[in-house]
Amino acid sequence: MTQSMGFDVAHLLAGTLLVLSFVLLYQARITAVLNVFALQAIVLSLSVAWQSLIQNAPHLLVTAGIAFLVKGIFIPAALHRIVRRLGIHREIEQVISAGPTMLTGLGLVALSILLVMPTGGNVSVLVREDLAFALAVILLGLLMMITRRNAVTQIVGFMSLENGLVLAATGAKGMPLVVEFSTAFSILIAFIVFGIFIFRIRERFDTVDVSALDQFRGERGDRV
Amino acid sequence: MALAFDLIAQAIQMLLVLAIAPLVLGVTRKVKARLLRRIGPPLWQPYIDLWKLLHKEAVLAHNASWLYRAAPYLIFATTWVGAALVPTYAANLMFSWSADLIAIVALLATGRFALALAGMDVGTAFGGIGSSREVMISSLAEPAMLLVVFTVALIAGTTQLSSIATTFVNASIGLRVSLGLALFAFVFVAIAENARIPIDNPATHLELTMVHEAMVLEYSGRHLAMIEAAAAVKLVLYFSLLACLFLPFGMATTEKDLGALAIGIGTYLAKIFVLAAVLPLGETAVAKMRVFRYPIFLGGAFAASALAVFLLFVSRGF
Repeated sequence: MTQSMGFDVAHLLAGTLLVLSFVLLYQARITAVLNVFALQAIVLSLSVAWQSLIQNAPHLLVTAGIAFLVKGIFIPAALHRIVRRLGIHREIEQVISAGPTMLTGLGLVALSILLVMPTGGNVSVLVREDLAFALAVILLGLLMMITRRNAVTQIVGFMSLENGLVLAATGAKGMPLVVEFSTAFSILIAFIVFGIFIFRIRERFDTVDVSALDQFRGERGDRV
Repeated sequence: MALAFDLIAQAIQMLLVLAIAPLVLGVTRKVKARLLRRIGPPLWQPYIDLWKLLHKEAVLAHNASWLYRAAPYLIFATTWVGAALVPTYAANLMFSWSADLIAIVALLATGRFALALAGMDVGTAFGGIGSSREVMISSLAEPAMLLVVFTVALIAGTTQLSSIATTFVNASIGLRVSLGLALFAFVFVAIAENARIPIDNPATHLELTMVHEAMVLEYSGRHLAMIEAAAAVKLVLYFSLLACLFLPFGMATTEKDLGALAIGIGTYLAKIFVLAAVLPLGETAVAKMRVFRYPIFLGGAFAASALAVFLLFVSRGF
């Protein structure tokens, strides 16, 4: 296996991850968002597995396995169930004007590339690239949380942000396994909390549209 | 002798795109009709239509200016020149030095400009709405197209189509997520530019949805024949461009003996007709879009091509 082959495949997988972040940003149907999220997690696990191969770091395979099982299968399946039980699986969420959102997303990608690229000369291109992509995925996850109004898709934004964190951590050599386990479990705990929270919002307001919460914010109390 | 050979090769290229254009349109229509469980017109129907139109009287509106009469020829000329410049079966032909990607985009834009002006010339409401929509679509599609051009040019190091094709055929460029994104964006742009289904329906005469047809509604006779031929050639141009940039295998690049040229023509025709059969598959699978959704559709193409450029910058490290 040549050096360039290793680089190309890593580039391809990380690039696919970024593209899927854009698809998440763009997609309006809730079930499709969940499927894309599952796909992103699977691509992430492939990317991590590839990293473990080219870095000779077998413990990364555990990370890949966790990403695949928890975020590729378990969380999307659970979210599908929640969405079905809430009866919003056919809902089409109006994404706040897709055009400006995409442009902002492109701007964020450019920003993260500009931020990461000038860092140190002794870092390999692959690591720099992974860091740039990871930062972009994190920022796009944040953007998705801002632009969405539905609590479920906001959770997906948060989870895809965490995908970016894992990508950054595996790109840099030698992330301890303990860190990976603790992030995975904190994500799970966060997911359970979110799940309970969604049902509480629904019980209270008969909707999972978080803009219903706005009228309880003090500074905007006059707006309905 | 070599000069004569070069001239013949270039002439074959120019005539080939013109000769197969109606047939490609015929294949597309036939496949689409079969997918809709209709029998459909015969494959050579577009040739017969053009022949009929060329022999009919051209009716002009009273207030039509010279622009209205000149536009069809201008549209046809720019499109044909563009199609003749794209390397089809062989790269590095006689006029290949002028086959610059940006020049081809500019040629197509000139044709579109003439068509939009002609649509407004007579002053009917349909022509005006068609022109305004066409200009909107092209203003959205052109940035995406230029970013696709930049992506390809960054990889190959040149915007000249022959050199790009030669590079892609001969050098190994590895797995490139950028090229995949560029292909995706290019397909979106090609659909929009050729007035194919999610954007425009080439078979409709329903007022609310037509774009291309609205602009040419007033044309008849030989003028209409020119415009129809230009539309067919444009489709072939985009197919050839796709084949040249993304599937350049089989093209004769350096050695130009008869065998290589024959292989080039064979693979080129195969590629074009496969694409002509794939297009209606996509068209029957999706529904026509609302006009106000065009920016989202083409914005997706723009985002993909911009992302392709960014990814290239990352992998090169400036």
